[in-house]
Amino acid sequence: MNLFGWAQAVIFLLLVLLVTRPLGAYMARVFEGERTWFQPVFAPLERAFYRLCRIDPATEMSAASYLLATLAFSLIGLVYLYALLRTQKWLPLNPQHFDNLPADSAWNVAVSFMTNTNWQFYSGESTMSYLSQIAGLAWHNFVSAAVGITIAIAVIRGVTRTDRTTVGNFWVDVTRATLYVLLPISIAGCLLLVSQGIPQNFHAYQDVVSIEGFRQTITGGPMASQEVIKELGTNGGGFVNANSASPNENPTPLSNLLEMFLIFCIGAGLTYTYGRYAKDQRQGWALFVAMAILFAAGFTVAYASESAGNPLVHALGVSGGNMEGKECRFGVAASSLFAAVTTDTSCGAVNAMHDSFTPLGGLVPLANMQLGEIVYGGVGTGLYGMILFVVLTVFIAGLMVGRTPEYLGKKIERSHVQYAILAALVLPVFALIPTAISVLVPAGTATLGNAGAHGFSELLYGFTSTTENNGSAFAGLGGNTYFNILMGVVMLCGRFLFLIPAVLLAGSLAGKPRAPVTSGTFQTHSPVFVGLLIGVIIIVGALTFFPADALGPIVEHLQMLHGKSF
Amino acid sequence: MNAIDLKDNTLRHLRIALVYTIVSVIAFGLVYPFLMTGMAMLIFPRQANGSIVFIGGKPIASALIGQLWTKPQYFHGRPSAAGKGYDPTSTGGTNLAPTSKKLVDTTRQTIAALRKENPDATLPIPMDLVTSSGSGIDPDISPEAAHYQAPRVARARGMTTASVDALIDRHVQPRTFGMFGEPRVNVLELNLALDAQKPRT
Repeated sequence: MNLFGWAQAVIFLLLVLLVTRPLGAYMARVFEGERTWFQPVFAPLERAFYRLCRIDPATEMSAASYLLATLAFSLIGLVYLYALLRTQKWLPLNPQHFDNLPADSAWNVAVSFMTNTNWQFYSGESTMSYLSQIAGLAWHNFVSAAVGITIAIAVIRGVTRTDRTTVGNFWVDVTRATLYVLLPISIAGCLLLVSQGIPQNFHAYQDVVSIEGFRQTITGGPMASQEVIKELGTNGGGFVNANSASPNENPTPLSNLLEMFLIFCIGAGLTYTYGRYAKDQRQGWALFVAMAILFAAGFTVAYASESAGNPLVHALGVSGGNMEGKECRFGVAASSLFAAVTTDTSCGAVNAMHDSFTPLGGLVPLANMQLGEIVYGGVGTGLYGMILFVVLTVFIAGLMVGRTPEYLGKKIERSHVQYAILAALVLPVFALIPTAISVLVPAGTATLGNAGAHGFSELLYGFTSTTENNGSAFAGLGGNTYFNILMGVVMLCGRFLFLIPAVLLAGSLAGKPRAPVTSGTFQTHSPVFVGLLIGVIIIVGALTFFPADALGPIVEHLQMLHGKSF
Repeated sequence: MNAIDLKDNTLRHLRIALVYTIVSVIAFGLVYPFLMTGMAMLIFPRQANGSIVFIGGKPIASALIGQLWTKPQYFHGRPSAAGKGYDPTSTGGTNLAPTSKKLVDTTRQTIAALRKENPDATLPIPMDLVTSSGSGIDPDISPEAAHYQAPRVARARGMTTASVDALIDRHVQPRTFGMFGEPRVNVLELNLALDAQKPRT
């Protein structure tokens, strides 16, 4: 570890802090339909969307109707992408003449991108036509992210509103999220990324002959326009297999910083947006601080562990941090930082191979996902995940002092806690049970890339990542029919069985009156509350996952220290 | 919501979703990437086209993408797991675990091969020269990895090690803003500089 490594993390977090307030306030204005900078440019487009799709922007929806719209849009998006991938061979913009995807693989990719997971069983550079990339995958990057933000806004409205029982208009929110938030940042970010060297063209790949006479096929394509929304929308599905480790997707330390910033900025901004809606910024900052503490803890463990390196390699007479699966331009520090950032959120882009991290270094991204990706979180999903934890915390605190739990002055009742518990059960059920099944069936272990405890970690990581819609991976799970189909189901359940209770919870809180603050009110912005919230998050995660983690990364760590290999 | 409302509501949302998908695919899936391509080609044409390096009008590499180097008079890059080595159409790492026997064995062989190729080397073997990168097409090596190879390159070219070391120092890319990333040397850039200094024989 060195000062540069720590400084990178500190400066990065400061940059995120710096943008939280302006971006958060901007988003609050956008979703309440107030005037903003981009209105003159994008308002005509917004109106065109409403006119063409026959959307009445003035009507609001109940929570149930909002959910119906979400499900309808997701279903159509799923069918559309599946159809595109199954027919890309006959469609334009396919200079490499890639074939259609097989059915099981197309199903997996379609679910993966619709649910904002972007799990990759395919290598983009050798399977996806440019049309599939831009109009299929990148389009989903926009709209699945917009849906995430939209749900967060609906949940915020439900939790904070006292005058109405509706939670907003889904179509209006999606349109505003894409046009006013995602698109302007993408345009600026795309040009910055091109300036760093990311290609943006529609040429066929270019063959070159190196000075030593070796043939090499240089990949290209509309990469920058996709890269930016891949990070901003916390999607994470790379244009190429190596994702942001590839110099095509992430050529310089500066592009690396920008990509990490893009991953965090909306999630962080939404905590401020939340404070605006709650008419109490302290509520938003309390969540921000809780998130920042968890982020710092994760980075510290990963950085320390990767810097310490692999004793099995040191025994061969080479010293230094663990560079297996890492790029020279990023090194140990920026790779550890990226790994923490991408799993604190639901992004799942990687700039180094998590599978080759040291056991404890690899435990950090795994644990980040197991805690529910609430550290800034996926665009939107992180905030509504955090709000569910807040409800649980308030409930537990209420039990401890023997008072009716309240949040923002609203009484937390039995049904609210039930919704929160239902959502909290999704991760353990869909991460652990399929892992257990896969250990037992031949198809589950056939493709594992590593033996010993690490093989188990690969399965555990895979199902945790797909349930949480993260999409980063330890390798070792082959894109066979078994995993394609099972993981598709897991991703669907992880997205919707979590999202539905969150919106219903918000719907049932919408319109409830706020009790005035008294000296007996439990303050939900105090340091005590932040500590309690972090405690609940860690206890829920640890109780659920410690046994499984002990069989994977923790035992592997002990084996590594004893010089055992498999 | 009763059953009839639910059906009406669902159908209405499905209808909107269908049109919305078409409209937004055109806007974000087609217009946006083509617009960005146009702007990128205008402002940053070299980068947008893949930073291709030409020698005598012939494309020999992309400045971003690492290549396979085997001759003693050139600096070599890191071990690569991309295809048969440095294949940009098959990017990725080894994905071997730290406790993998295969990783330990491969690393031992790599170390032995390095010692054999660099009999005059006096510096310790740097970590990046015995580990595969994440992409398999890492264009860089650490300055230590370049200096480690300097005696071999110098001998193959009939130069002094000191002059090769000086050349390396001139091509070290420092941390961005003195802070971000790691100091590194682009292997292609360094090898081109070598050729410019002392034409190939």
